[in-house]
Amino acid sequence: MAPTTVTDVIDLTTPRKGGGGGASFGGGDGDEGSSAPGSSAVPQRTYITGMTVGLGGILMFFMALVSAYIVGKGMPNSGWQPLDVPRILWLNTLIIVASSFTLARSRRCFRADNESGFRYWWGWTTALGIFFLAGQIIAWRQLVGAGIFLTTNPSSSFFYVFTAAHGLHLLGGVLALLSVAFRPTHRLTRGTATEVVAMYWHFMDGLWVFLFLLLLLGR
Amino acid sequence: MSSHAHSAHAAEAPKGFIGKYIFSKDHKVIGIQYYLLALTAVVVGIILSVLMRFHLVWPNAHLPLVSGGLMTPEQYLALVTMHGTIMVFFVLTTAPQGGFGNYFLPIQIGAPDMAFPTLNMLSFWVTFLAFVAIIAAFVVPGGAPISGWTGYAPLSGIGEVTGPGEGWGQTMWIISISLFCLASLLGALNFIATLIDMRAPGMTLMRMPLTCWGWFVTAILGLLAFGILLAGGILLLLDRSAGTSFFAPAGLVINDQVQNHSGGSPLLWQHLFWFFGHPEVYIAILPGMGVASHVLSTFARKPVYGYRAMAMAICGIGFLGFMVWGHHMFVSGMSPYSGFAFSVLTMSIGVPSAIKTFNWLGTLWGAKIQFKSPMLYALGFVSLFVSGGLSGLFLAQPAVDNRLHATYYVPAHFHLVMGVAAIFGIFAATAFWFPKMFGRMMSEPLGKLHFWLTFAGTYCIFMPMHYAGIGGAIRRYADPSAVAYLAKFQPLHMFMTIAAFVTAAAQLIFIFNFFWSLKFGAKAEKNPWNATTLEWDTDSPPPHDNFHGQFPSVYRGPYEFGVPDAKEDFIPQWVEPVKVARVK
Amino acid sequence: MRTRKRNRGSAVPAAMLALLLVILVVVTVYYFTVDTYAIPPAITAVGAAVDHQYNLTLYVTGTVFILSQLGLALAVFKFRDRGQRVTFTRGNNTLEVLWTSATIILFLGLGFLGRKAWADVRFTDASASAIPIEVTTNQFVFNFRYAGPDGKFGRLDPKLISASTGNPLGLDPDDPTGKDDIVVPTLTVPINRQIQLLLRSQDVIHNFYVRELRLQQDAVPGMTIPIHFTAEKIGQYEIVCTQLCGLGHSRMHSYLNVVSDADYEAFLKQQAAGQ
Repeated sequence: MAPTTVTDVIDLTTPRKGGGGGASFGGGDGDEGSSAPGSSAVPQRTYITGMTVGLGGILMFFMALVSAYIVGKGMPNSGWQPLDVPRILWLNTLIIVASSFTLARSRRCFRADNESGFRYWWGWTTALGIFFLAGQIIAWRQLVGAGIFLTTNPSSSFFYVFTAAHGLHLLGGVLALLSVAFRPTHRLTRGTATEVVAMYWHFMDGLWVFLFLLLLLGR
Repeated sequence: MSSHAHSAHAAEAPKGFIGKYIFSKDHKVIGIQYYLLALTAVVVGIILSVLMRFHLVWPNAHLPLVSGGLMTPEQYLALVTMHGTIMVFFVLTTAPQGGFGNYFLPIQIGAPDMAFPTLNMLSFWVTFLAFVAIIAAFVVPGGAPISGWTGYAPLSGIGEVTGPGEGWGQTMWIISISLFCLASLLGALNFIATLIDMRAPGMTLMRMPLTCWGWFVTAILGLLAFGILLAGGILLLLDRSAGTSFFAPAGLVINDQVQNHSGGSPLLWQHLFWFFGHPEVYIAILPGMGVASHVLSTFARKPVYGYRAMAMAICGIGFLGFMVWGHHMFVSGMSPYSGFAFSVLTMSIGVPSAIKTFNWLGTLWGAKIQFKSPMLYALGFVSLFVSGGLSGLFLAQPAVDNRLHATYYVPAHFHLVMGVAAIFGIFAATAFWFPKMFGRMMSEPLGKLHFWLTFAGTYCIFMPMHYAGIGGAIRRYADPSAVAYLAKFQPLHMFMTIAAFVTAAAQLIFIFNFFWSLKFGAKAEKNPWNATTLEWDTDSPPPHDNFHGQFPSVYRGPYEFGVPDAKEDFIPQWVEPVKVARVK
Repeated sequence: MRTRKRNRGSAVPAAMLALLLVILVVVTVYYFTVDTYAIPPAITAVGAAVDHQYNLTLYVTGTVFILSQLGLALAVFKFRDRGQRVTFTRGNNTLEVLWTSATIILFLGLGFLGRKAWADVRFTDASASAIPIEVTTNQFVFNFRYAGPDGKFGRLDPKLISASTGNPLGLDPDDPTGKDDIVVPTLTVPINRQIQLLLRSQDVIHNFYVRELRLQQDAVPGMTIPIHFTAEKIGQYEIVCTQLCGLGHSRMHSYLNVVSDADYEAFLKQQAAGQ
């Protein structure tokens, strides 16, 4: 007689290994749930997973652009002329790095139940983000003023593509920051919302630093 | 039958036609929407291929509705391009994952819906927009693009000067593909988050049905691959409309005019495209492999042979799938040393595929096979995958590729694996899950008839195609008359065309069966196949939250069939151990 | 008990499927064996090596094909539902390891055996004594350029390309080394001499393929890609473009003429005289 399977018996008293953590999910689809935080059908940590996964997809997108850049730069007879990055980019980099610090500060306040501190530093993060975007636009205008357009040279093409792609994603981040500041969330707790937005923001910060160094070293 | 009721607020199903059926966030409705989109796309795709096969044997026949009466080379190439694009994206990437994955992943893991229902709805509608965009390519000035579904630059990257359809048509193609990429990235995110975080109690990864493993790895592939294509598409669009030169080198001369580009690399497009493109074909087949394992086990009344190996093989195929893209580029001008490296990796990917085949045979050995139509399709899948997979071994070797590259051998190979095996995966899934989705059984006689005709018919179309390639017949040729040695392949083309006509006609049986059964099929019970996975524990069709608030717990693996001391020949995943009837 | 009921209904589909699979195997093997649409024999030693590797692959995959499809047919028929009990098993790890190892050895072995046929052309540069011939492709013609007696290719300038006025390659008239260059629409080569082709494209990606050489290579704009071959049989062979290049793709072809040494010299003289 064949041995019975070990998996037949399960001890229901041990903590479940299969499901997600957090709130048990009920019978709803969560869409029309009440506005009370944590009442969602979806465990809060799912949003963290979702953001992590999403950042993976975004990373691959930028890695495609980066590998295109490396190939383009290395091509013989490409007429590649190294681009002098506009000086304001140094300031922008400082701004966005600072915004990560203000964001971290904001979240520390949140965890300490310091509502006004949270709002203050969250607000500064948003403002710095907007300043960064403004600075990028200024950088573009400086390049255009120097006669360097999208099609001027492969190196300038990549510059505009990198900064535009990053800028668009960062704009999304700014909108998310504003959204968390002003709109109540249904499915996510505020803690989860601030956490996923912070993940996104820090990622965009790190990505910018990487792209900036790439453009600098590429000269 | 479940034991794990949750504290809950009641499920609030949407009201009104728009909320229930059009802009629905219910993964089941979205799954059906994806499926119907794929059904529409496959009808379009088949019509295009029938026109292609017609032209290949009757090039001088006068066609109605075509100005001038005769099909021009650019029209033929537009058919080639659009057939490939529509089938690969809107059928093979849509139905198995967006269709069945969306519908059944949450239910099979015991969840009420996907993690992010609004995002899910968005994904579908962006995919729909992408489909509108690709159809629009037919009607824009200049017509549909002619650069193949692979869209190699510079043919695709300069503009209208390189050929008809390369103006607006190619632009619509890029827009469509880019929208599709966005939708797929969001969808992949949803699948992965759902699977990681929303499994029911007891549903460990190693107790997941292999269908879920298929959807899981497919989603990971999609997440990592579609971003690459999106980047490539954006760069291509910039080359065409903004005058950049990502893929265009200096000195291009078309119609004696020097083109204003410089500094780009055509090979870069190929690298970007195939880095996406190869995982894409595994995206097309992995869900079908999951379905095949699932259906084979259910109708053989025996566990999947080597479940763990099967799950690992799916992961292995996915992992290796990212490392083999260069085998599309052996003669592209890429470094021949890279070529050999890619070749070794490609031969390696045959190993997990072989493991799966051995295990399918192992599942059948010593089984008790019931020949219902889902099973027939699943068995057909195994045969077709073996045939198509083996022909890939030729193309994986660069020395042999010298001979076979861009001949008919290549479409013979990929049609057998993608255009038939993966489609059989969709057929099997349809026949298997139709009762659950719609509460009615499909007609068995019609299903069987459709299977026999399609199984024989597709082999008749694509097995002979290998012979054409081995003899040196070149693919994507609108007109073989300019090259003397191509004339001798005409009898072969005639055979394939007739087979294609018959097989295409046979698909009407499937379509009829589908829609007829929706209305007139016999009413389906909860578990008409005596299957073991969680979807069979709920109503046919399931309620809005999938389980009427009584979410299941999982007590065992997904393929407990024929367990020796059990009274029934199957033990479902949701039945508590004390409640399993045993033979004394 | 449900599982005990005799199920005669499975005999017919089981038999039909098994029969179809057997027919599949028989017909497929037959046509692969008789090779009705056979490719003409290779005219180079490396080409013969390619064919050898192809045949080896055919034997290996053919065997696996026959065994798998017949195995499937057997399983499907033998284990059709006749009311029997299943032989319950979850699998066998030893077997898994065994067939995985066998597959690795078989597939990788096959791949490594094919290395030489690839390496002999692609890893090895043309010898110094090879005859260099430039192949320039565009929509939708092949042009072949010989360096002429001075052994040097003249400078090309894209701006000077004008097919209509007889300068399809854009030869720069100011470069003296180009004056003796021979530009012709077909490829003539002497037998048993190594030929180095330098593949170029003026517009989109094309490809140079001669079946009998068992050799093809994309011609990519912005690159000059060298391949080499040594033809061992006199004759005329079709050159086709295999990379989709536009509406004239299927019209784009030329001829490779492999001629005797004497005829080759005559060809060069005749071309020089015509300049």
